[in-house]
Amino acid sequence: MRQEFKTRTRLRGVVDKAATFLAVLSTLLVILPLVAIFIYLIIKGASSLNLDFFTKIPAPVGESGGGMANAIVGSVTLLALASLIGVPVGIGGGVYLAEFGRGTKLANAIRFTADVLNGVPSIVMGLAAYSLIVVPQHHFSAFAGGIALGIMMIPTICRTTEEMLLMVPHAVREAALGLGVPNWRSVISITVKTASPGIITGCMLAFARVAGETAPLIFTALGNDFWSTSLNEPIAALPLQIYVYAISPYDDWHRLAWAGALVLIVLIVLAVSLVRFVTSRGVLKGTS
Amino acid sequence: MGVGIEVTNLNAWYGTNHTLQDINLNIPANHATALIGPSGCGKSTFVRCLNRMHETNPIARVTGTVRIGDLDIYNDTTPVEIRRRVGMVFQRPNPFPTMSIYDNVSAGLKLNGYSHRQSLDEVVEKSLKNSALWDEVKDDLKKKSGASLSGGQQQRLCIARALAVDPEVLLMDEPASALDPVSTSKIEDLIFQLKSQYTIVIVTHNMQQAARVAENTGFFLNGRMVEFDSTHKIFTNPSDKRTEDYITGRFG
Repeated sequence: MRQEFKTRTRLRGVVDKAATFLAVLSTLLVILPLVAIFIYLIIKGASSLNLDFFTKIPAPVGESGGGMANAIVGSVTLLALASLIGVPVGIGGGVYLAEFGRGTKLANAIRFTADVLNGVPSIVMGLAAYSLIVVPQHHFSAFAGGIALGIMMIPTICRTTEEMLLMVPHAVREAALGLGVPNWRSVISITVKTASPGIITGCMLAFARVAGETAPLIFTALGNDFWSTSLNEPIAALPLQIYVYAISPYDDWHRLAWAGALVLIVLIVLAVSLVRFVTSRGVLKGTS
Repeated sequence: MGVGIEVTNLNAWYGTNHTLQDINLNIPANHATALIGPSGCGKSTFVRCLNRMHETNPIARVTGTVRIGDLDIYNDTTPVEIRRRVGMVFQRPNPFPTMSIYDNVSAGLKLNGYSHRQSLDEVVEKSLKNSALWDEVKDDLKKKSGASLSGGQQQRLCIARALAVDPEVLLMDEPASALDPVSTSKIEDLIFQLKSQYTIVIVTHNMQQAARVAENTGFFLNGRMVEFDSTHKIFTNPSDKRTEDYITGRFG
């Protein structure tokens, strides 16, 4: 008996080490592509980065130089518009699913729709925005692009918000209700607030995902070689500009495309870090 | 000041499960009243009927009348209104995890739209002193989260939070069952002091605790109230055979 126990304990040690090794290996495999892409982008793109890249608009074919200032501004505009639509609608939907509509047919229908919407190819989203906004208006616009991206953000934010709210312990809700706090107030000030770190992560995931989308913009924002900040005009965007430059036959455009990709990733990382920094201030000691 | 509670023909259901049957009971003002009985006998459901928390469960149903002071809580008022007058302390400490100690205590007032800074400060200090937590936390009021305190401190924080809205009745559903003996005795001392200002109803599994803190005790069994009398009488000379069996440990 005792002998058998010893052998088992030894075996358990081996299994433990093997499992730990596999876990570490998987983690490395997850990080590897990101690091590889990032290094490759720096090698290919960093050399084309200069002040012009951030201050000038694209140079006409045949001329050298030029930058992507308009595309950077365009991307920021499109993403701001998309977040303005996607974040409130997504969070609102998630709050409904978790707090008010639990178990109702409507909630189940919304949940199902959100999951399907999440799986719709982004080009289809672009086509939808094209036929609903661009066709009636008879012109491409930043507005249409922002809406297409915003709609793409909704399902991710909606479902993460729901999941995060459901993780808030029932005892916390009861505590609020027990103080004579109205239900709607308890939902906003207690439940959503308690779940807010997770909800913010969901928003960031959705944001980062649409920030790199090209397909929904092709039929909506279209792209623009000139300065434009009007929501009613076609607008440039980094992913569009990268796409156009990358499939072009010119070497210096290829280099600019690499630089554009690098800038896009850095901008996303900066935006996500900024939001994390701002929302983590004021978090107290011992908050679990 | 506390007010009395008058319960007439109270019945409660969870779905088809008839958890409380024909409860009639008068709880005197400014006294502590203990409710004892085996698990699942309906004690918790009963206190949850006193502040209408029972109905937050969608399958729950209640009939009968409960008067708190001169208010018929099921007919004259809303659940939100009655819960401001009837505070509740739960079995497991449940501070708001993302809030500071200060915000936890002032939550009931703030979330009801009360925001006068100076009086909030006063209420927070008074409530924490009343719940005997002030000396332990006064330096970290806004720095530490409610969740960073120990279990016993968290429960006293929850008591302070309930006291801050100045209720007339304080319901305590096994407030010390998740705590160690030192914390338990602090909570009991607290109940002893608080009953001069509030009517206290405390559910407990600990019969010594009932004997220590409460003037009156009710014994619940299978959804019915078997006996209600002075604590002394219940523990020394109960009229019902089942009460005697329970307190002498012959079942439950």
